[in-house]
Formats: sequence, structure tokens, C-alpha cells
Amino acid sequence: MLMGLKRLFAFLTLSVLAPGAFAQQAAEKAQEGVERWGVNMTQGVTEVSRTTYDLHMLIFWICVAIGVVVFSVMFYSMWRHRKSKGYKAAQFHESTLVELAWTIVPTLILVGMAIPATKTLYDIYDTKEADLDIMITGYQWKWKYDYLGSDVSFFSNLSTPASQINNQQPKTENYLLEVDEPMVVPTNKKIRFLITANDVIHAWWVPELAVKKDAIPGFVNESWTRIEEPGIYRGQCAELCGKDHGFMPIVVKAVPEDEYHSWLSERAEQAALIKELTNKTFTFDELYERGKKVYNSSCAACHQPNGQGVPGAFPAIAGSKIATGGMDSHLSMVVNGSPSNPAMQAFGAQLNEVDLAAVITYQRNAFGNNMGDTVQPIDILNFKNK
Amino acid sequence: MAHGPKPGFTRWLYTTNHKDIGSMYLWFSFAMFLLGGCMALVIRAELFQPGLQIVQPEFFNQMTTMHGLIMVFGAVMPAFVGLANWMVPMMIGAPDMALPRMNNWSFWILPFAFAMLASTLFMEGGAPNFGWTFYAPLSTEYAPPSVTFFIFSIHIMGASSIMGAINIVATILNMRAPGMTLMKMPLFVWTWLITAYLLIAVMPVLAGVVTMMLMDIHFGTSFFSAAGGGDPVLFQHVFWFFGHPEVYIMILPAFGIVSAIIPTFARKPLFGYSSMVYATASIAFLSFIVWAHHMFTVGMPIAGELFFMYATMLIAVPTGVKVFNWVTTMFRGSMTFETPMLFSIAFVILFTLGGFSGLMLAIAPADFQYHDTYFVVAHFHYVLVPGAIFSITAGVYYWLPKWTGNMYNETMGKVHFWMAFVGLNVTFFPMHFVGLAGMPRRIPDYALQFADFNQIASVGAFLFGAAQIVFLFNVIRTVKGGKKATDEVWENPEGLEWSVPSPAPYHTFSTPPVVR
Repeated sequence: MLMGLKRLFAFLTLSVLAPGAFAQQAAEKAQEGVERWGVNMTQGVTEVSRTTYDLHMLIFWICVAIGVVVFSVMFYSMWRHRKSKGYKAAQFHESTLVELAWTIVPTLILVGMAIPATKTLYDIYDTKEADLDIMITGYQWKWKYDYLGSDVSFFSNLSTPASQINNQQPKTENYLLEVDEPMVVPTNKKIRFLITANDVIHAWWVPELAVKKDAIPGFVNESWTRIEEPGIYRGQCAELCGKDHGFMPIVVKAVPEDEYHSWLSERAEQAALIKELTNKTFTFDELYERGKKVYNSSCAACHQPNGQGVPGAFPAIAGSKIATGGMDSHLSMVVNGSPSNPAMQAFGAQLNEVDLAAVITYQRNAFGNNMGDTVQPIDILNFKNK
Repeated sequence: MAHGPKPGFTRWLYTTNHKDIGSMYLWFSFAMFLLGGCMALVIRAELFQPGLQIVQPEFFNQMTTMHGLIMVFGAVMPAFVGLANWMVPMMIGAPDMALPRMNNWSFWILPFAFAMLASTLFMEGGAPNFGWTFYAPLSTEYAPPSVTFFIFSIHIMGASSIMGAINIVATILNMRAPGMTLMKMPLFVWTWLITAYLLIAVMPVLAGVVTMMLMDIHFGTSFFSAAGGGDPVLFQHVFWFFGHPEVYIMILPAFGIVSAIIPTFARKPLFGYSSMVYATASIAFLSFIVWAHHMFTVGMPIAGELFFMYATMLIAVPTGVKVFNWVTTMFRGSMTFETPMLFSIAFVILFTLGGFSGLMLAIAPADFQYHDTYFVVAHFHYVLVPGAIFSITAGVYYWLPKWTGNMYNETMGKVHFWMAFVGLNVTFFPMHFVGLAGMPRRIPDYALQFADFNQIASVGAFLFGAAQIVFLFNVIRTVKGGKKATDEVWENPEGLEWSVPSPAPYHTFSTPPVVR
């Protein structure tokens, strides 16, 4: 906290120099082609998103109209009916007719709003007869996509490097809105999303699809979309889910149907390849290098890139009892998660055997742990089947 | 009854006097307002630019959580209770509150509750970091160890509120002066009577939900854990059954204050008194059947969505009636614009804007796009800051001369008003834009397209913060001295409180006045 205060002080000093900072920042951003000063909801790329937008604008203009009437009367009397202008106050204080009118008229306006809203809601809730089902699972702090009826299943992690977040590198166009593996879907197909979570509540939201649904552990919610335009659509988690709630974006890549099918079969082949690799024996360097990548995408959010953890919240890997102790307890911690602390998830179902072997090897040898041992994918498989 | 207050600290510790207790509530709430405000400034400072500069995400989440809890339970609610303590007995011609010892107790447990809540900041694992709505399982299985202290402090705050509410109900129903029939009571008394019933109805529900959390965390139950046969959504239903009436608890007394101030400075009786009473009662009733509009995205069946959408839209009707009544009260009045009136007019305008965005949020399909974005943050800050905070401020300026016997400095009051008004709009108006453009709430860092409006909002927040220093300074100066106020203070204001001398003596209405 002291550190925070120091930084706050630095900020206050800085904000005195704000005008300069403004101009400099503006110049920086203009280069990046980010669409700035957006003030309204997107119309999106689906029928539902457009209907939602129209509904939003309809209510907005009704509110504007009511506001204009009410505030005109108010500003008129504030201008005309002042004591300083010598205006004498009238003494009326009720009128049944007027009071009835301003109860009934708003009720009728509300009915007028409720009709299109109800229609749209029925549309959004109609998840029947989908062409394709995708299971979406929220994890702290990443998304998992399972293409039901195929072997394709993968995690989608934030790909913005920590150096950009910590201001050591300039931020690029899709800062915080980019992932390593986007969800790929076909255009012009009705896609049903089955949404759930593994730990806490998350919410899957892509504004351009007008889909936002909570991902709740133990329950499956349904939603759907039919994307008309090929393109890349970005969203974010919309329910506070812990430390990195702001760092688990969603990227949906909509492609024509044939492109989608070739992508899907490619992914299925990759899955088969990983199965084959499980029987291969890797060298220490291969495991260490692969493990470093896995560590940075799956472990570093809590245990930190330098393995030091966050005191009081997330334990360090560097010099930890588990990473420098017996192999079995290390395997158990990573594969099955912690029995006492739910924040340490069971990675056995999240990572494949090769990645698990790599990351465990990495943890035992990085950050000065230097255990000098390795674990092979086949060992992981045997451990899981024990 | 000729004795005055005891000298020294024991006066405040042992007091059963409604005026002393009212003052303590008000000072306590102002201290909490500054504390919660500083947390808001940490949030805004971090959000000044994209990237992490000042705090890390863990601490950012603690700040959003503590800011919300402290503002709701520490600043707004005790301020209204403080105003009720001061004004309700004086408005109904009673000598004191009906249950003065309980009154002392309900105040004095509050500092302990908040000391405990604030101490969690220094505990291992940090303060509560799950948002002021503390959704399970983030607040149960995944919570920092300090959650137990949070639960205990919520229990104490709840006990304090329930005792305060019972006291207000007992006072209003039993201690009115002869002739003060229910339909002659000032609207501030009416709105507080209804608020007190809301408190008695929902604070036990809050106590229930935190107790269920406690059981889940320490005693192996699974109310909110699907793995044990429970349901995380149950938490939200129970929480919002408390939470929605709670937001009206924070606004109904504000309606009462504004309904007292506008007629005074328009020099014209309040338009539609009885419809104001009925509208307040309708809003209170509706507040119990709209809770799930906070949960449109949890996946309720469509019948549930429709019911909660329609019921929520209905609230616009009585709320509209109130706004129309205030505007009509001003219409053809003879207006002056002293500080309390400025704050009240700003209340009417900005609260109406917040009401409009509330109506937009009520439309379930549109809510799917608004939910959990900065549009929601803009909405509830527009109803709470100009709603609750501005009305409390207006009330303090309006009654301060009666409390202290001195006039506040009008110029400084106007400076305070304009700084607060500009600061608040610069802070919260751009939040509508970033919310609609897709920025989720409760994030410590954001995508680049949201940078410009966030920068503007942060500047506004510091201006709004600075305005409160002017307020504090003005109040202290008035307490210490200044131009003497007359007994009536304003030009022909309505109400029994203006019939006693300024400053109001330690004991008022030892013999009840007769109301005709």
C-alpha cells in the first residue's frame, strides 16, 4: 500500500503537468488507428444486435423528448418566475386532472416501449435449431471453447504482453482485446453457445453480437448468434471474477463456412498430434523452453513471471516446498489443484500431457530452483491414470 | 429539564439527545464520505491512463469494493439517519426520539463496525476484493481471509440500521404533537417513515445472506456452491432482495429534503402533497418486486425476465409524478437561488437524467448490452451523487443556520455548488459514453479506445473531491461563528422546526406545540 501511495503522489505531481501529457498521449494514440471518442452502442453484425440497437435508440429518443418537455418548463420558470424580477408567487398546490394526466400518459408511453422490447426478448431467447454448438467455460482468467461433436477444444488467453500493461513498451492497437487463440465460427449459421464456468461467475460478452450471458459454475446458460459479416469481433468478461477480471478478453473470428471447416479439421489433426507426442521422450531443453511458454500463459497471472507470487494471496514458486520437493506432490498440485485453496485450479483437464510435463519441468528448474530433474508426458499420463 | 449538555467527551459518549446524536451521525458520515472519496480517487487515478501505473489489480479491486461499501453504509445511510435524528422530532413537535438510549447505541456501534472494515486493508490477503455486491462464490470459496471480518461488520451495520429504523418509526407514530395528523406531516417525515419500514424489512435479509456466506466459508454448508448442491444465483436473488429496496432507502429521504427546500425558495406551497405521499409508498412497494432486474443476464426463464422488466418500468410512473410535482412547484413561484435551492434544482435535473438511464436499463434486451458496463456505473452515480449526496448537502445548508444559529457563507456555498456540479458531470457523464462503447466496469485497465473519456472523468473526480474541502471549511466556519441567523432563517418557510429559536435549544418542544 505504501508503494501505492508513493505512486499516487507521483501521479498528483504529474497531473499538474497534465496539459502536456494530454497532447503527447493524443499524438501517441493517433498513430495507432484506434477508434477514439466512441459515444454510442455498436449496431453490431447480427440481426439481434441491430434490433437491440434500434430499441436502445428508441428509448433514448423517448427519454430525450420527455426531458426536453420537463426541463423546458423548469428552465422557463427559473428564468421568468424569479423574485429578483419581481414575480409574485401563485399559490395553487393541486389539480386532480393534471395529476391524473401525468400518471396515465407515462403509463401509455411505457406500454409503447414494452411491446418491441418483449418481441426482441423472445427472439433472443429462441435458442432452438442451432447449426453448431460451442461450449464456453469461464476460468480464472481465460476462456475455454469446446466445439461439441468434434475433438476440438482449447483455451483462449490474453496475448497482450505484460510489458505493455506495465508501460515498458508502447501499447498496440488491440491492447487487452487480443488472445492467443480466437474462437473461430462460420458466418450465416445459427451458433448456440452453452455457457458455464469452472470456478467463479464470469460473463461472456461480445458487443457486436449483442450476446452477454453469465457463466455460472454448476449451471449451463444458453445463448445464440448468427453472424452475417466475416470479421474479428472483440469482447471482454463482464462479471467481476477476481484479480484479472480485466485481462480475459474474448475474440471471435467469423469466417466463411468452408474456411471454418478447414480450420476445424486442422485443429482436430493438431489434437491427434498432441496425443502422439505424449509417447515421445523430450530433452530437458525442449521441456524447459515449452514450459516457459506454458508458465507465462497459465501460471504467471498468479505466481508472477518471476515466480515470486504475491505475498498473502498467491504463493511463490521460487524455492517453494512443492517445486523443490518430491515429484508426486508437485504433480498432484498441478494436475489436481490444491485441496485447501480453490484459487489453485486443477490443471489436469486444462493442459495436455506435453504442456503439463513441460511446465512442471520448468517450475522445478527455473527461478533458482535448479532441481535438475525432468518429467515426461508419459509420466503425467500414468499419474493421471493412477 | 433546564439542564444543558455535559461538558467534555462524556457528553458525546453518554448522550441520549437527538441533536447530539444527529450531529455525531453527520460528522461520522462526512468522515466516511472523505475516506470513500479518497478510495474513488485512487480508482480514478489508476484509470487516468491505460496500463497499470499506480496500483495493482488486487488492490484496485479492494478499492472498488471498499469505496462502494463505505459510501453506501458509511456515508449515505448514516447521513440520512443523522438528518432524521435532528429534524424528525423538531418537525413533528416531539421533545426527542422515542427510544433515546437505543439511539445512542445505534450510533456508537457504527465506528466500531467501520474501524473493523477498514482494518481489513492491513490484513494478510488484503481487504474484501469481490465488489460491494460480493457475489458468491467469489466472496466465499475464493475470498481473502478478511471476509469474516467483513461479514461481522455488515452484521453490526445492519443492527445499527434496524435499531435506527425502529426508533424512527416509534417516534413518528407515537410522538407527534396534537393536531399533527399523518397527512399533515412534512414529506421528510413521511419519506423517512416509509424508508424505516424498508430498512426493517430488508436489513435482516442482508444479515441472512452474509450469515449464509459465513456458514459456507466456515461450517461446511453449500448454500451458494453448486458442487455441494447449492446455487450461486440464489446468492444474487437474496442479495438483491435486500439490494433493491436498499437503493430506495438511499433516495426516499432525499425526496423528502428536496420537497422541503423547493417550496421555501419558490415561495409557493408544494404541488401535489398527497400524490407525493402515495408516490413514495408506491415506489417503496415496487422496490420489493423488481430485484432481479440487476440479474437480467443470469439466465432466468423468459417469464421471469418479462415480469421484472415490466415491474421495473412501472417505477418510472410514481418517480415521474414526483419530478412533475417539483417542477410544477417551481412553476409560477417567486424563486431565489440560495445554495440549498441550487443543490435541490441540480438534484431534480440530474436525478431525472439518472432516472432516464434507469428506464433504459429496465428494458431487458437493451440491458444485455448495458449490463456490467460503465453505463451502469454512470447510471447509479447519477442517482446517488446528485440524488443522495446533493440532497444531503442541500439539507445541511438549509438547516445549518437552525442548528448553529449562524448563517453559512453564501459565496463559499455557491463556489462549493458549482465545483461539485461541474466536477460531478465531468466525472460521470463521459461514463455513459465509454459504457455504451463497450467498457466493462470494475476493470483496472482498459483498451485504448476508452482512454480519452476516462482521462476526462479522472480530472472531474479530483475537482469533485476538492469541492468537498470547500464544504468542510464552510461548515466549520459556520459552527464557529458568522452572521446570526433569525429564528425563521428563510423567508416564511413551512414547518415546526422554524418556530423554535436559532440555534435550536438543547431541548425543544418539552411541551408539545398545537398544530392546526
